[in-house]
Amino acid sequence: MNLVERRKLWFSISVIAILPGILFMIWHMATVGTPLPLAIDYTGGTQWEMRFEQPVAPTDVRQIFVEAGFPDTSAFLVNEDGRTVQLKLKSIDPDQKDTIGAAVIARFGNFDERSYRSIGPTIGSEVSRAALLAVIAASVLILIYIAFAFREVPHPFRFGTAAILALVHDVFVTISFVSIMNLVAGWEIDALFLTAVLTVIGFSVNDTIVIFDRMRENLHRHRGEAFATVTNRSLLETMQRSISTQVTAMLILVALIIFGGATLRIFMSTLLVGLISGTYSSIFNAAPVVVAWEERKLFGTVVPETQASSVAVRA
Amino acid sequence: MRNNNTVTLVAILLLFVASLYIALPIDHPLWLEEALAPGENTQRDIRNLTLGLDLKGGTQVLLEADLPEGQAIDADAMSTAKVIVEQRVNGLGVSEPNVQLQGENRIIVELPGVSNPDQAINTIRSTGQLEFIEPAGERLTGGNIINTTNRPDAVKRAVATDPAAVAAAPFPDRTFETVMTGDILQNAVASQDEYNQWQIQFSLTGDGSSQFFEYTRNHIGQPLVIVLDGRVLSAPVINAAINDNGVITGQFSSEEADGLAIQMRYGALPVPLKVVDVRTIGASLGQDSVDASLTAGIIGMAMVLLFMLVLYRLPGLLADVALSAYVAFNIAIYKLLPVTLTLPGIAGFLLSIGMAVDANILIFERMKEELRAGRSVRLAVETGFSRAWPAIRDGNLSTLISCAVLYWFGNNFGASIVKGFAITLAVGVLLSMFTAVFATRTFMRAFLSTQGQRLLDNRGLIGY
Repeated sequence: MNLVERRKLWFSISVIAILPGILFMIWHMATVGTPLPLAIDYTGGTQWEMRFEQPVAPTDVRQIFVEAGFPDTSAFLVNEDGRTVQLKLKSIDPDQKDTIGAAVIARFGNFDERSYRSIGPTIGSEVSRAALLAVIAASVLILIYIAFAFREVPHPFRFGTAAILALVHDVFVTISFVSIMNLVAGWEIDALFLTAVLTVIGFSVNDTIVIFDRMRENLHRHRGEAFATVTNRSLLETMQRSISTQVTAMLILVALIIFGGATLRIFMSTLLVGLISGTYSSIFNAAPVVVAWEERKLFGTVVPETQASSVAVRA
Repeated sequence: MRNNNTVTLVAILLLFVASLYIALPIDHPLWLEEALAPGENTQRDIRNLTLGLDLKGGTQVLLEADLPEGQAIDADAMSTAKVIVEQRVNGLGVSEPNVQLQGENRIIVELPGVSNPDQAINTIRSTGQLEFIEPAGERLTGGNIINTTNRPDAVKRAVATDPAAVAAAPFPDRTFETVMTGDILQNAVASQDEYNQWQIQFSLTGDGSSQFFEYTRNHIGQPLVIVLDGRVLSAPVINAAINDNGVITGQFSSEEADGLAIQMRYGALPVPLKVVDVRTIGASLGQDSVDASLTAGIIGMAMVLLFMLVLYRLPGLLADVALSAYVAFNIAIYKLLPVTLTLPGIAGFLLSIGMAVDANILIFERMKEELRAGRSVRLAVETGFSRAWPAIRDGNLSTLISCAVLYWFGNNFGASIVKGFAITLAVGVLLSMFTAVFATRTFMRAFLSTQGQRLLDNRGLIGY
């Protein structure tokens, strides 16, 4: 089976996977002003979750905040029992919180404060910048490391760059996924999303390196062969391992998604999509990119099976 | 080589047992607990894991120096502020609090188990500047906001944050003279008087008492105005000269009296602080998360063990033993370091299990290839390990780079949840390089040297 020659197909699949994310980012930027739906970790603000003893209407609770001088408050129910309300508004200081809290208790009785977060606006923008910096820093460091680790192979920077491209692809696939889920279920990008992205980066590069390592070995062992042939051979040899590892990671993630409780569900689902994308990109993006670079041809030519028999791999 | 391997095997098994012993939630001997604790005559209880705020419930507050734009921050002042905040937090009786400096101008405070943090936060972050002022014939009562020598713009500042405060400031343009400050206090304690009214009893230092005595002796019949952060606490009339201790009365609730006593006890903050980030997680949410993670973790782990067994048969079984040792090592390290476990931290740990398995998969796939190529079992095993190592090393190192970046990010922004994930993943990756390669290889070698013949005869046991 010739994988690298079919790279036109793989690249097209990748573009289709990334496209929803890009379109969403453009649309979101135009309508809301930020490229992605950000949680208060990045925008600053207050998020207050109250559980009352009786069911309450969120609009009534919201009214108290409006009267206290915060017309931009949004309120909605979070559980099916109708008693837990989550409110979002801009950041407030502890004195304002006391005053508003007392007013809520006066109107609706005591509430159980399930969670409360108030983040000042400067912190929010600092965190956004740092998040972006973190992703870029990690990518650059990894690029340098790969170029170093593969220094005996000709053109080591190509390997590093291909790995980075695969990584960028994975980040965008993850963003695509969260964008769709934002439209469907209101998911937001919070600090945990950054954690998921950096984890996906780590794992994606891990996968890519395993394939490149095999290529490194095969290039040494089969010096006479065409680059594309060696790459193909390496891909097929490592296929079993890639699938097994993917299955293992998925077993754990699926267990966590099903049994792990609501708080981590978004994080785990994002990781699952990211990890699958990571394996896909290592096999079908990173390796073909290196081949394309070497051959100076973006798309391969798919040769009929009879002529390709010379690249059959040991079974 | 056989003897070396036996020694290694025994060492690994001993480590496994030791880790299990540490990892289990049982009482551990005193000498061990004392050895782990930082100071003298203290011990650290390692019965249970240290849980983060999102699993235990509690509050995390980020305080920032509240200075005018462009004013430089004095590092010594921030350290002193941190120490005072720490003393106040301890004074509040919070168990296992955590106070750290963050960057140049921030202090992060973790208050586990504190679910109504508003009073606590107030106590911690108020500047706590205590002054005794000369009323100069004016009538001042509790609740008045006045300017003093040490705080000449107290009224202006109060009105800026809350315009209604102007009603509490009868002399907005006067500055009253500060005659003594909180430095004279030795200690302050909240207590109740015979009518069960809350009050604050204070005692004076040596120098302080002579100062206080002088002043009270010369002002009998006049009020002694006690001011905290520009707000009058009370203004009792001096009946007799006081030289060692006194009482401050007022309309205090028990939390207010306690909070004020704490501020007075440890002195004023050299730098005013404001709250820029507050997060509270209720304990109920925390407990739900712990239960769910435990269930998910056990199920996930069981499936992985089964998967390895089915796919790689005998080596899979040995890898499963190594994996169990791996889990024990991780938990033991969390207890020994200690590592504070948060919800994403648990996720990081479970994910690292996946990576540990990946290393084994790389090795075994390589072994199978070598066997198919016709090599002897012993050689196939050795080659499998040695040839797979570069890939394992490079892959794990890139994951560690991500962890380092995540850790830096979490450390600088009080996002201890992100930090927790980075730490458990990093510990897991490092340990997995040990167990997946070293431990599994030792087990395989030991097995081969005793049962090698059986392995040679039965290919099914390896699964190729």
